[in-house]
Amino acid sequence: MLVYIIRRLLQTIPVLLGVTILVFSMMHLIPGDPAQIIAGESASETQVEQMRERLGLNEPLVVQYGKFLGGVIQGDLGNSIRSGNPVSAEIGARIMVTIELAVYSTILSIFLGLIAGIVSATKRYTFWDTSIMIVALFGLSMPNFWLGLMLIQYFALPPLQWFPVSGWGTPGHIVLPVITLGTAGAAIIARMTRSSMLEVINQDYIRTARAKGVKEKYVIYKHALRNALIPVVTVVGLQFGVLLGGTVLTETVFAINGMGRLVIDAINARDFPIVQGSVLVIALLFVLVNLIVDLSYRFLNKRIELD
Amino acid sequence: MAETTVNKPAAKPPSPTIENLKTIFKKLRKNKAAMVGGYLIIFFVIVAIFGPLFTTGSPSAIDPTNRMAPPSADNWFGTDHQGRDIFTRIIHGMSITLYIGFSSVLIGAIVGVFIGLVSGYYGKKVDAILMRCMDVLLAFPGILLALAIVSVLGGSLQNVIIAVGIFSVPMFARIVRGSVLAVRKLEYVDAVRALGASDTRIIFRHVLPNIMSPIIVQATLRMATAILTASGLSFLGLGAQPPTPEWGAMLSAGRNYMWDSPHIALFPGLAIVIVVLAFNIFGDGLRDALDPKTK
Repeated sequence: MLVYIIRRLLQTIPVLLGVTILVFSMMHLIPGDPAQIIAGESASETQVEQMRERLGLNEPLVVQYGKFLGGVIQGDLGNSIRSGNPVSAEIGARIMVTIELAVYSTILSIFLGLIAGIVSATKRYTFWDTSIMIVALFGLSMPNFWLGLMLIQYFALPPLQWFPVSGWGTPGHIVLPVITLGTAGAAIIARMTRSSMLEVINQDYIRTARAKGVKEKYVIYKHALRNALIPVVTVVGLQFGVLLGGTVLTETVFAINGMGRLVIDAINARDFPIVQGSVLVIALLFVLVNLIVDLSYRFLNKRIELD
Repeated sequence: MAETTVNKPAAKPPSPTIENLKTIFKKLRKNKAAMVGGYLIIFFVIVAIFGPLFTTGSPSAIDPTNRMAPPSADNWFGTDHQGRDIFTRIIHGMSITLYIGFSSVLIGAIVGVFIGLVSGYYGKKVDAILMRCMDVLLAFPGILLALAIVSVLGGSLQNVIIAVGIFSVPMFARIVRGSVLAVRKLEYVDAVRALGASDTRIIFRHVLPNIMSPIIVQATLRMATAILTASGLSFLGLGAQPPTPEWGAMLSAGRNYMWDSPHIALFPGLAIVIVVLAFNIFGDGLRDALDPKTK
């Protein structure tokens, strides 16, 4: 197990390096002169030159990357072009909102997804199964920003006005964005749980348990679900990442001041250090979450093997 | 069996690709859901090609006297904030949506399948390097990778296609690599190699045709994701620019007016849902039909 953890950690290093290289290259892949584009079309030649100096674009690429990587390791992601504040501070002020949104949505999607998946699998080919799977297909096929708009339309605007239209802070603010973001995840987890449960239910040891006269409820929850959950764990990890990315759209719809809005505003303002910093932080977070999921998956698997 | 072979010694065996497609189609016809999805997709393609001929007026014809009109006999889906007929715009947007989905998946499939073939077939160092690169791309979750690419290239329809295409590459590469690993060890590949076939010939003539099923399934399901991602980028103002009747862009333009006129945001969204749904159903059906495990 320890060997596996160490190997898995070592495997993460090249990926992390790759992520930093890719994010670093973003500035250099801009078609044309990045300094000119970031400074704006109307900028004078000296202004462009200043911008180039400020972004460090005059130095050799390797030196630039070295400085970038050194900065990242120390938590220094450069300064915002628009506000002049450190990128890390701007991200720090927003990241908790986004993580909260993603965590709540993940919890909702696990909760709804598991229940729906278990009901569907245990009542296979019944009205319930069919309905749940149709709803899940719709959940999977809906653009989350549209779902958000519709939720606002019917639950935040008159006549109902149950929830605030936009913002973040009170429990009321959380409901609609979390439903918006969590629905697709719930659909994916429900489908995964269903197929995983069905696969397990057909296994010999389940038949044996039933033949022994174990109660059906006990068979489902003690024997089947425990093993069926293993592949679901991986999906949950991936889903958390997708939700982190998906917050960009949800935050735009609900005017929530998180990382997603930060990225979009920065893209529109050509504030590249902010774009780079935010993309990097979200990617690193995702790699970290996947690492944890991978290790826990391994752990679950080991325990079952030992059983 | 032996007799028929003897009787027709000159008959050329059908090419493996065509034979594969035939079996795929046969299995598919037994799957009702897949057929429904398939017919819907065909219907959408017909709408995309011929639909604009049957709508009256241009999708960008502005009518200031008829702004934000609710659905009626004249304007089935109502009009938007500039008095443009939403039904006409949705019909014209169909071809844009299918075009974005198809071309981005094509880019992703060509590049991804190639990487997967090379990675799976040659293995070792090539495999390790290519797969680490794919891991790096996969580290940017969901729409984030496409968003980063568009932020670099600039927002336009064409750049969205490139971004969503690149976003699909690692999925194809991983699936193809896995399939190649399974096929590579089979005896027939050894046999062809013993006969002196080149690597290129083995890969494209003998390996690729045998792993078409997962590629086709992935491509169909990927269409759904690609359309959702592209419409999301347009919604953020980074894709198709107004007045293009792209559905995501329509939602983005209409959201400021939805307080008074809910229909402005309702119909473009429904259009996205229905098209994405069709590809998801078709992809699910294909997978069930082609995956021997579920039988």
